[in-house]
Amino acid sequence: MCMNSNFQHKQAAHCESGVTRNLLQNIGIDKMTEPLAFGIGSGLFFVYIPFIKINGGPAIAFRSMPGIIFKQTCKSLGITVHRKKFSSKEKAQEFLDARLAEGHAVGCQVGVYYLPYFPKEYRFHFNAHNLIVYDKQGDNYLVSDPIMDTPTSLTSYQLERVRFAKGALAPKGQVYYAEQQQPVSDAQMKQAIQKGIKKNVFNMLRIPGPIAGIKGIEFTGRKIKNWRDKLGIEKAGLYLAQLVRMQEEIGTGGGGFRYLYGAFLQEAHQYHAHDELIRISNIFTQSGDLWRTSAVQAAGIYKGRLGSQADFNTMGDYLLEIAALEKKAFEDLSKIKWH
Amino acid sequence: MKKQDVPQDLSSLGKLTTEVCYATDESGKYSAEQSRGWDVKIQALDVTWDEVKKKMETARQKALNNEVSPLQFFMERGVMDIGILASYAGLFKWQVKRHLKPSVFNKLSDKRLRKYAEVFNVTVDELKSMNVHEQ
Repeated sequence: MCMNSNFQHKQAAHCESGVTRNLLQNIGIDKMTEPLAFGIGSGLFFVYIPFIKINGGPAIAFRSMPGIIFKQTCKSLGITVHRKKFSSKEKAQEFLDARLAEGHAVGCQVGVYYLPYFPKEYRFHFNAHNLIVYDKQGDNYLVSDPIMDTPTSLTSYQLERVRFAKGALAPKGQVYYAEQQQPVSDAQMKQAIQKGIKKNVFNMLRIPGPIAGIKGIEFTGRKIKNWRDKLGIEKAGLYLAQLVRMQEEIGTGGGGFRYLYGAFLQEAHQYHAHDELIRISNIFTQSGDLWRTSAVQAAGIYKGRLGSQADFNTMGDYLLEIAALEKKAFEDLSKIKWH
Repeated sequence: MKKQDVPQDLSSLGKLTTEVCYATDESGKYSAEQSRGWDVKIQALDVTWDEVKKKMETARQKALNNEVSPLQFFMERGVMDIGILASYAGLFKWQVKRHLKPSVFNKLSDKRLRKYAEVFNVTVDELKSMNVHEQ
């Protein structure tokens, strides 16, 4: 099985946009980049689900539902996608082995808890991580994990364990890959970029309910101001630590994916000559910076340097300020006249 | 974030691999840059694990006092809840809840103990004694 020996591993900020780029480049779509995959896949989001707890803390996400980036990017570019889940571990391995033998590089959804090459501190029960298996040698699968700077490998037991991780969003052995096809034209890219932006505008501005998109950021900002009274200082600190981990931890590119989206808009400008895209990209840079400033404030609280109600108010106000910035940015994006 | 502001505070991940983050040059243009970690993130992980350790210690004491079974300790150590543990062990939640009682745990079959031990990556002896070396 050496058909994939020319597979090129490339590191990325975010696992799913990284896997999407690496899989598509591997089938000859060289113009795909990580920011383009992220933007065409409408990856930017915000949601705070107050009635769900993760590790005893708030359920907050800065990105869209797992799986959307790859699905939407391929769909927008007219690329055929194969995706399969399994109830049997044996069948899951047979299917993967057969695809590898055919020369496919295969994306896998995995849990990070048993992922042996991650440091222990990072191993939580997070089941929406993505990696590519591109070859098999003996009992070892060769793995391209976009978080790592070099390819790595997993034994069949180790791979089975992470493919069949349990808990929320259990991957159930899920694999996906793209079919080799005609080259993607610039016109297709333009169309896909436009579509990705429109969908992201909808997700951030018009999604119903108070907990998602811009309204979700405002909602969270208001909630944070009550956390000190409601939860007590120690638990409120743990909640803020969880917020910061979701925002900055491996796989976001910094600033809760806002920098990644800013980079996308700049690359979009190479396809659509709207100078608005560059200007709005700068707003996302500001927003990312503000998210990071708020993270420093949060760290002050969870490290015990800060802790007054005024400190929590400042923290909440950062989110309200961010919401106003991003609202403007998405409204401006929605006003672009595409030709 | 400006390129020169990309933090380089060595994290436990930073010892294995750098992380990609997107940052701007003087003209505001983005490129992918490398970071070795950021203190703010390292501290967020630290306080999270300090909390886990606290819960582990409480569970260990309770297990030594025979108030809960060692499973409680390993559940905290593995950052699991009853639902996650039950699905890894291939059991119903109510079964795991029962096994958290020392009297029930002490009567578990070897087969079941081995299953739990595999889930926690420990030996059966370690499972019973809670004498594990932290990696």
